[in-house]
Amino acid sequence: MRRYFSRKLLIYILTFFLAVTIDWLIPRFMPGDPVQNMLSRAMLRADAAEVMYGYYTKAFGLDVPIGQQYLNFWNALFHGDLGTSVYMFPTPVTKVLLRAVPYDIFLLIPSILLSWYAGNKFGAYAARSKWLDNTVSPLGYVLTATPYMWLGILLAWFFGIVLGKFPIAGAYSFNLVPHLSWMFIWDVLKHWFLPFASLFLVGFGGQAIGMRNMIIYELEADYSHYLEALGAPRSLVRKYAFRNAVLPQITGLALSLGVIVAGALVTEVVFSYPGIGYLLLAAIQNQDYFLIQGCFLFIIIGVLFANFVIDIVYLLIDPRTRTGMMGETA
Amino acid sequence: MKRLISGLSVLVALSMILVSCAPTEVEVIKTVEVEVPGETIIQTVEVPVEVPVEAPIVAYERSETFYIAGSAWGPLNDWNPFITWSKANSTGTNGLVYESLFQFNPMTGELTPFLAESGEWSSPTTYDLTLRQDLTWSDGEALTAEDVVFTFELGNQYPALWFSPIWDYLLSVTADGDYDVQFTFTENPVYQEFSNNLYNIFIVPKHLWEDRTEEDITAGVNENPIGSGAYLYDTHSEDRNVWVRNENWWGIDVFGLPSPKRIVDIRFASNNVALGAVIKGDLDLSNNFLPGIATLSEKGYVDTYYAKAPYMLAANTAVLFLNTTKPPMDDPAFRRALAFAINVDDIVNVAYANLVAASNPAGLLPTLSKYNDEDVIDRLGFTYDPAQTASILEGAGYTMGADGFYQAPDGSAIELEVTCPFGWTDWMEAINVIATSAQEAGINIKAVTPDYGAWNTALTDGTFDMTLNNWAGMSNTPWTLYNLLFRSPIQEIMGSGNFGRYDNQVMFDLVDDLARVPVDDEEGMKAAVSAIQELMLTDLPMIPLWYNGLWAQFSSAVWTNWPTEDSAAAALPCTWNGYWQMGGLQMLIDLELVPTE
Repeated sequence: MRRYFSRKLLIYILTFFLAVTIDWLIPRFMPGDPVQNMLSRAMLRADAAEVMYGYYTKAFGLDVPIGQQYLNFWNALFHGDLGTSVYMFPTPVTKVLLRAVPYDIFLLIPSILLSWYAGNKFGAYAARSKWLDNTVSPLGYVLTATPYMWLGILLAWFFGIVLGKFPIAGAYSFNLVPHLSWMFIWDVLKHWFLPFASLFLVGFGGQAIGMRNMIIYELEADYSHYLEALGAPRSLVRKYAFRNAVLPQITGLALSLGVIVAGALVTEVVFSYPGIGYLLLAAIQNQDYFLIQGCFLFIIIGVLFANFVIDIVYLLIDPRTRTGMMGETA
Repeated sequence: MKRLISGLSVLVALSMILVSCAPTEVEVIKTVEVEVPGETIIQTVEVPVEVPVEAPIVAYERSETFYIAGSAWGPLNDWNPFITWSKANSTGTNGLVYESLFQFNPMTGELTPFLAESGEWSSPTTYDLTLRQDLTWSDGEALTAEDVVFTFELGNQYPALWFSPIWDYLLSVTADGDYDVQFTFTENPVYQEFSNNLYNIFIVPKHLWEDRTEEDITAGVNENPIGSGAYLYDTHSEDRNVWVRNENWWGIDVFGLPSPKRIVDIRFASNNVALGAVIKGDLDLSNNFLPGIATLSEKGYVDTYYAKAPYMLAANTAVLFLNTTKPPMDDPAFRRALAFAINVDDIVNVAYANLVAASNPAGLLPTLSKYNDEDVIDRLGFTYDPAQTASILEGAGYTMGADGFYQAPDGSAIELEVTCPFGWTDWMEAINVIATSAQEAGINIKAVTPDYGAWNTALTDGTFDMTLNNWAGMSNTPWTLYNLLFRSPIQEIMGSGNFGRYDNQVMFDLVDDLARVPVDDEEGMKAAVSAIQELMLTDLPMIPLWYNGLWAQFSSAVWTNWPTEDSAAAALPCTWNGYWQMGGLQMLIDLELVPTE
């Protein structure tokens, strides 16, 4: 057991190191110069521009050789310093993330978890009901195949404009000051609902289809036929099939939770909902090395952590992994 | 069920806490002046008074709030009036919180005293400025000549401040008493730039800034800004900035009280959402570019500055910069031929659906048209005329190739790219028109849209073929535009002008001559502009195409008396950074509430 984990841990550390290095490298390969972009918005006289270019190149630590920059980056990273955003100058990257990411968590965690749970339940259910399979499964296909942008706009138009039941922009009404009251909480929930519902619908469709197909596949597997031949009740066969079918779904869930820090760009655009996705896009367009690095650092950590959790969860839910590991240690 | 009940009890407890936060009355000591009868002195006596504490405001009254959008591009980052490039996100810091000495009215071309009461050149090298009396900072301190001197001196001390180059020709700034400031210059100062700075440098309070470090001044966040302006910072979050009226603003007696108690500046992630909000009347003013406004304005869904085309005021000139270091753009004949090959009418009518107007060939905005030399423009100007393109090119030795495109005189093929940043939809349409109409005229140009960063680097490094740029906006002087077009000297990185690297010392000298004409010498300015326009239209190193609009669509559901072509007021319907002191603040003062029945 210990050997299993220490080997895993080593691999994770190595992956982290490599991924963060690539994360540091890639923005710097992009064409363009972040300080130049930043200053060109200021409209300066040529002589002033030169002075300021030097000043800010130094301020961002971009004046030292590239190798030194890389070492400085790791050094700062271990001190918890992600640098200052160029696009959002002079806000530190950690602050940008702390301000924007909560909106994404608030939106994405419920939609991912609920659509996963409901989608899998429903998919498994649909697989054994011909009637449901013929009516609702096509709906699932339509939902997953719908361009998300279009679905979002449709929802905003129908519930926001035609029915007028839901607001179409912002995280809470533009005339409110955040405070603790029922009115405010209700307002936040109302603003949250449409973006949430759009993400839920799309996620639900995908999960349901995936689960349905998986169950049908498992029911056709040899062990299912064998069980049936032994005279096991159908419910027992289904139970076993479900357990096998849910394994890849769990991996998918963990990975989608791992990349939450990337935000939901299209949702943010359609519903004008705040979050990190829009800022990340702007950061990429403006070569904001530090903000890109910061965002992807958390994505890397998120994905690695999710993988780690899956490794452990698999030990619990998949006897084959357990046996394999025991065999290895034995 | 049990879980539900315990959840409910938490909620009940929460609401009890909420209720207990109700306002209470607190006793405070207030200082009042009491006139003692029979004596001439006034005694100050401390009297205890009961002041009801107002409940914290949780929801803004619609009738007190002005909702705007289209100025902030991202979450607010700082309140430092000297970090100019981030001000797009914190519109209001410059102009609402911090104030300039003068304001500028682009419609009449007048500089009007603001913090200053008056200012004049007492000699060619001395400028005397008198401040208004009773100016105050929002913390109650007086704003005096010392603050003005301090602010200008910062530019002398820290080269990283954008206005530090004025110290190339500024010798000293001295205060004389509380209200008088004297600026002393070297011989031949850059009058035009200085006059422009008079309404673009924002005065900061010495008593709060003098102990700050260089880093704090040039790059600090400056939380809780103390300014002298009509509004105060209230609050902000990821998608909005809120400013609240300064009820003790010094200008109330002079200019009037701005009508909205609060300004909520909203950042919409998509312009369509902003449009929906204006139509519903939830948003009062949108300064976003929205392509379909012509139709919506005709049908009365939104209001615009002009009731008819072009609907919008002209805010800046979209100029096609040609890279004069690359063949064939290094050939004036080719550049001239290209100018005749671009169908600007299609850009105006198709790409912009009539929201803009074609530019004057010399590029000056309509508000500066009095400086144009019409003779020169008539003689040397250009319009869309492909036949002219053909005759100029053939006259210069270009030959038509088998592929239907002209070849250079040495027989090499001509293949060029015209660029603009990806996602700038109106410009993307426009460069498509440029490419198509040039191709029809026999010049092989393709439209290419790189990412903003790559585009910007190609622009400043001079690796592009031809590209659009519009970085000279409304100004009090034609020098602003010509300084952008012909900025000198040519350097490796051209960060803010002359991107095509047009290297002509004669032109540089002409622009420098214009820069050093005193601003009250209108004839002198006209003569200098005429010389520039003559050389510009002869050589045509860049091609002015159309005027980008001061995008503004507004709703009269709550607020009325907007600035329009019919209103005589010196106001502009604009909330962009740099426009508060060019009519934006006046708009706030002029606005009136729509009476409710």
